[in-house]
Amino acid sequence: MSSRRSGGSRISDDQIADLVSKLQQLIPELRGRRSNKASASKVLQETCNYIRNLHREVEDLSDRLSQLLASTDTDTDQAAILRSLLM
Amino acid sequence: MNKYNPPRMNPSSLRSRFATRFLRTLSKINAQKPTSSSSPTEIFRRYRRIKAAADKSMAYSVRSRRTWSRAMLWKLRTRPCGRRSVKTSTIIKSREARKTRHEKQNKNTTTTTTTTTGEDGVVFGVEADELRELVPGGEAMDLYNLLDETAHYIKCLTTQVQVMKKIADFYSP
Repeated sequence: MSSRRSGGSRISDDQIADLVSKLQQLIPELRGRRSNKASASKVLQETCNYIRNLHREVEDLSDRLSQLLASTDTDTDQAAILRSLLM
Repeated sequence: MNKYNPPRMNPSSLRSRFATRFLRTLSKINAQKPTSSSSPTEIFRRYRRIKAAADKSMAYSVRSRRTWSRAMLWKLRTRPCGRRSVKTSTIIKSREARKTRHEKQNKNTTTTTTTTTGEDGVVFGVEADELRELVPGGEAMDLYNLLDETAHYIKCLTTQVQVMKKIADFYSP
């Protein structure tokens, strides 16, 4: 299926459905479902919840880092961290 | 710069770009420690800067290839982490509000035309609005772009969380 679309053309249901199922694969809640088609509104709902969770995790981690960094020197560790991250 | 968007993002290169940038910024933040670096105010201030640094590093790693990253970069630039000029922020807010209201009027008509065809049509509109508030720049997107941008945004957010987790674990006692 071609994913090209001109600016003014109407977006087909299929394209939307494609994106919705793509989203479904990204969300842990819905990924393991046997029925591979959750309703679109359910997918969007879970997507919102998932994004909110991720935002909260970022905040918690920033909080944790701000406390941890109070007593460290990060310059020398950068190489070590990068190595462990990218291995 | 090629404008082609690869269909799938290579997680390790985004991860390394983000990690490098973020660590660099963390060093800078850390280098500016005042003497009372463990006071609650200091920690809170540092929390704000770290969070902004994380979001900024991710947005810069994606650059302007995505609507959401462009929106986030714009938002971060007009709201520097320390002082905020009240005048500019109120002007921008009122401009944004006017634009959003205007877009919303247009969006409502667009949403109804694209959603009347599906059986989930009506519900789509409500959930989509909620999603629009969560994804940077979402207010101005049509449904197709919103879903597309959301998928990319989620991928980047999960990378961001993974890297931050690893860093925090690294520094944990």
